[in-house]
Amino acid sequence: MYTTLAWRNIWRNKRRSLITILSITFAVLLACVMRSMQLGSYGRMIENSVRFYTGYIQIHKDGYWNDKVIDNSFVYDPEKLSEVNQLKGVQTFVPRLESFALSSFKNQTKGALIMGVDPEREDELTRVKSKVVTGRYLKPGDEGILVSQGLANYLKVSVGDTVVLLGQGYRGANAAGLFPVRGIVKFAMPQQNNQLVYMDLAKAQWFYAADQLITSVALVIDDPDDAPKITRQVEEIFSGGSYEVMDWKELVPDLVQSIELDNISGKVMLWILYLVIGFGMFGTYLMMTAERQYEFGVMISVGMKRLQLQTIVLLEITFMTSIGVLVGIMLSLPALTYFHFNPIYFGAEAAKAIEKFGVEAVYAFSLDPVIFTNQAYAIFIMAIVLAGYPIWSIHKMRPVESMRP
Amino acid sequence: MSTIIKAINISKVYHKSTVPVHAVNNLSLNIEEGEFTAIVGPSGCGKTTLLNILGGLDQPTEGKVEVDGTDISSMKDSELIDFRLRNIGFVFQAYNLIPVLTARENVEFIMLLQKRNKKERHDRAMELLESMDIADKANSKPSQLSGGQQQRVAVARALASKPRFILADEPTANLDSSSTNNLLDLMAKMNEEQKATFIFSTHDQRVMDKARRIVTLEDGAIVSDVKR
Ligand SMILES: Nc1ncnc2c1ncn2[C@@H]1O[C@H](COP(=O)(O)OP(=O)(O)O)[C@@H](O)[C@H]1O
Ligand SMILES: [Mg+2]
Repeated sequence: MYTTLAWRNIWRNKRRSLITILSITFAVLLACVMRSMQLGSYGRMIENSVRFYTGYIQIHKDGYWNDKVIDNSFVYDPEKLSEVNQLKGVQTFVPRLESFALSSFKNQTKGALIMGVDPEREDELTRVKSKVVTGRYLKPGDEGILVSQGLANYLKVSVGDTVVLLGQGYRGANAAGLFPVRGIVKFAMPQQNNQLVYMDLAKAQWFYAADQLITSVALVIDDPDDAPKITRQVEEIFSGGSYEVMDWKELVPDLVQSIELDNISGKVMLWILYLVIGFGMFGTYLMMTAERQYEFGVMISVGMKRLQLQTIVLLEITFMTSIGVLVGIMLSLPALTYFHFNPIYFGAEAAKAIEKFGVEAVYAFSLDPVIFTNQAYAIFIMAIVLAGYPIWSIHKMRPVESMRP
Repeated sequence: MSTIIKAINISKVYHKSTVPVHAVNNLSLNIEEGEFTAIVGPSGCGKTTLLNILGGLDQPTEGKVEVDGTDISSMKDSELIDFRLRNIGFVFQAYNLIPVLTARENVEFIMLLQKRNKKERHDRAMELLESMDIADKANSKPSQLSGGQQQRVAVARALASKPRFILADEPTANLDSSSTNNLLDLMAKMNEEQKATFIFSTHDQRVMDKARRIVTLEDGAIVSDVKR
């Protein structure tokens, strides 16, 4: 009987109930899309700069991260690293010798970040092989280099040209060399795309006069959530010398911070949205209580318990809320699923403008279940809190008063 | 015949304005089983207030009301609601029925609150609607019924719970004269056939004429009490 009464009561004022339900649907839809886009772009940003660049964990010589100079390098010790490789959750390790150099071709010159890498291992981390847009990827022991697209455009070099690199090597040695361009690689993140140069590790060690030395080892791990745990285990293995082991949150603190800030502003937007919808919901509850005072009076007079009446009103609110939330999720789910698998890329013009801010020009969408459950929780909690008014009003109403003409 | 209601020296004073209003003034009244009583008097004489107190909807400022020997004037709200459900049928002036329920469902509603089973509910509801001459509208919503038809359903609902007595506050106030006659005749019939005890208020002479006992109020006090 409760459900029948509640259900029919909702449809007494079709227009008002529909508006209430639709406003909830709209809020849930908007909130889901907003959150999906935010979380999607965070995920994408983390992927691009962590999963495909720094790795989730890095090992350096102690002090390297604060003072990224080639003198802060350490001896590449594959045996010790194979011990790290044995740890549960570690897929592989990726050694790098990283430093700056001036790159020039004809009369163009620009600073470049040189990455001396083991071509096979590097590809396991950054999938850089798949980012080669022209030419070919490095071979082990390769004499040539890969140039990132933005840099190549600036220098106006193409595959087959020879680039001059000039820099300072280990302990002040001169570093100079001529390097044929084997391929052009395209990165999503502009900072990478405008300055990276890839080179075989041995060649880089020769160039920088840094025999056997590397500046970092990045680890590829199965689950980013394990990063802190694995970091501790790696620290133990490297406890003998002076090393620093850092997880991705320490490696890209700016990114972590900007994500957190953006996330807060996103949440503030959500609360404003909910506040607006909440007022609408409360208005409906207010009216459905006010216009039924007489009827409530009759029901209590003839012997209906207050709790029974409150149950009916609560059911009405629950029905309206559930329909609104469910429809909202049902509408957003297929759309978000589609865009999750088919991210929206900006047109070339817009992309250029957006990439100036150091962000990839794409709308990525997340399908994290939390996006949907959180909106449902938020709306339901709000409905329950606001339902306090009709509940309280029924509790204190006096039939004689409410039925007086 | 046994006494159902004993109202003993009840008063109800309202202090809303500067002068206190004695809506009911030191009134005593007994209602016997099977009576068909009209409470009459001009508007504002205290009929509604008296019926509300007899029905446990309102508490007297002084005095007490006993129903079958139980003092209802000192009951808690939740006890009173349960007491009303088991012992008292109510018919109000208008808008008695739950708008989203059909006539039959409205009659069943009260039995549902009493936790009667489905078959009993259905059978008794149909039987009562039959007696009140409104069975053909069993599946109509209140909005599809005339005022007179609604009141007949309301009387059926009041009888459905097998109450000790039925209180009807000006049940004909919104009806035309033929509906008024019709409703009163049906109430009288239920009083005869089912031995249902009715107490109804009115200021309509034709309604009074149908009563077998007429209690006349003036300024909250009984000025005459005639049995016929
Ligand atoms: N809640 C109230 N507050 C103040 N005065 C009231 C209230 N209810 C009734 N009265 C007053 O009590 C008197 C009796 O009212 P009522 O019982 O409604 O009379 P009747 O039903 O015979 O018209 C009237 O003077 C009315 O104004
Ligand atoms: Mg009255």
